[in-house]
Amino acid sequence: MSRRRLLLGGGATLAGGSLAGAAATLALSEPGPDTASVVTAEAKGAQVVPFYGNHQAGIATGAQAHARFLALDLKPGADRSHVQRLLRLLTDDAAKLTAGRAPLAGNDPEIPALPSRLTVTFGFGPGLFDAIGRGDHCPDVIRNLPAFATDRLEDRWSGGDVLLQVCSDDAVPLSYALRRLVRDSRDLASVRWCQTGFNPARDSEPAGTTPRNLMGQRDGTANPASDTEDFGATVWSDEPGWLRGGSMLVFRRIRMDVDTWDDLGRPAKEMATARKLSDGSPVTGGAEKDDPDTAAVDGQGFPVVAAEAHVVRATARTPTERMLRRGFSYDDGPDPDGKPDCGLLFAAYQKDAVASFVPVQKRLAESDAMNTWTTHVGSAAFAVPPGCTEGEYIGEALVG
Amino acid sequence: MPQYQSKRLVLAATTLSALAMVTALSACAGGSSTAATSAASDVKAVGGEITSTGADSLTVVDPWVKAADTKAGMTAVFGALENTGTTDVTVQSAKTSASSTTELHEMVMVDGSMVMQKKEGGFVVKAGEKHELAPGGDHVMVLDLTKPIEAGDQVTVRLTLDDGSTEDFTALAKTTSAGEEKYDDTDGME
Repeated sequence: MSRRRLLLGGGATLAGGSLAGAAATLALSEPGPDTASVVTAEAKGAQVVPFYGNHQAGIATGAQAHARFLALDLKPGADRSHVQRLLRLLTDDAAKLTAGRAPLAGNDPEIPALPSRLTVTFGFGPGLFDAIGRGDHCPDVIRNLPAFATDRLEDRWSGGDVLLQVCSDDAVPLSYALRRLVRDSRDLASVRWCQTGFNPARDSEPAGTTPRNLMGQRDGTANPASDTEDFGATVWSDEPGWLRGGSMLVFRRIRMDVDTWDDLGRPAKEMATARKLSDGSPVTGGAEKDDPDTAAVDGQGFPVVAAEAHVVRATARTPTERMLRRGFSYDDGPDPDGKPDCGLLFAAYQKDAVASFVPVQKRLAESDAMNTWTTHVGSAAFAVPPGCTEGEYIGEALVG
Repeated sequence: MPQYQSKRLVLAATTLSALAMVTALSACAGGSSTAATSAASDVKAVGGEITSTGADSLTVVDPWVKAADTKAGMTAVFGALENTGTTDVTVQSAKTSASSTTELHEMVMVDGSMVMQKKEGGFVVKAGEKHELAPGGDHVMVLDLTKPIEAGDQVTVRLTLDDGSTEDFTALAKTTSAGEEKYDDTDGME
């Protein structure tokens, strides 16, 4: 009985969801043996995000359940031809792996066969621009992201010449993709750091639900929807030149003091952000997407929303301050004393970090209630080239 | 028809020790075929007479070449030869941008050892079928490397078919130790 309910529940979800192209068959539960109640649908593992296009995949793509961010450093003495070879190899690998195919020279087609929306996204750090002799093409904010008063940055989580952002709803094809990409980069680059993140499981909540972070907050409420004009205006560079159709990524490793946070009373937790933990709606009422009413006062005339509440400080004050926050939680496990090591891999995509991340983070470093429980321990900034077509490699317009 | 030697080459784990023997073989490098381009073997008439060549129905899928240095002096090109036509095609010879010497090879088991030898008659790709070139199997052998092939390099390859038509493609160089394993045929192996 419980089994039948489970199967029908699955069918109902499928019927309600977007099933474009998926072959779903639903054998309705007529009176008869349980075995007749069968719901089959094309496995989600087979879902593919196209690699080629005007923009790189993995940005407008809804955040997957798993992510690894990996920074490479080019080997000393690397020049333009080395970078060309590296990008040619990695682009070819990424195109095949994201399509659910083994890379060239790989003979294990079963492992990548179900990519589960695997995406591979490339970013370029200052070292790549210098290696190809085009240091002047590196946006200044990527080379010289300002320091912020609250930063406690560690080298082991910071910097890098080339970023690989590899995401999938399934950690198995993701693992294979990353190992093959890194293997093919080994002749030309070394691994600077690798950070592993996750989101709630795919479909644990209805599509479009803002995911929760490890503090229990809905994180990403202000993100523009991927199919809107707003999204393009927020994320894609429209500068003439090689970066057009690309973006800028500011990547921060933000450690959470969850021990202290866990013991904090719920009113204090909600005051810190000005949003309710339950559904992310403002403490002053309304729906998740609404802004808190900063003018609201309580019975004694005191403001309901604290001036230093995170949302008040972090909300874009001009359209150009908007960003796409495409973050993932991290949890590297407790230390020998049982202290947790977890937090947020904050990945913000934006047209121009000078106008978005920098002013917002400056404001947060000056005052943000959340600073009591969060510390930025890693930082890296990358120019994100536009997408490419078959036969090209990522960044070809820059590297040549 | 080119002459084929039946001399066999034992593939060493590090291909290095085989270099001398390979060099000895290289005298019979496959050159370009002299067959006429207007091969009668694959003529289709569809609303009029259209002459198509073997190369028209041959596609090379996922070509790659194993990165190699000049010390090794040789390497191989792999990929899948796909015949979308209705007639068998035969790859008779190959040339590459990496060296002046190229041979078509196969791997066969002789007395418990995998040995590499020239493929008699070339690679026959049956109509509608796929012929894999892979480490441990058939491959295009590139000999007499005078400069290294580094990972990420591109090597252009021209296959010449038995009707004289040619198929060009670009192979991406990858670093791998594939095909270098040794099989121990002593008792106890399952």
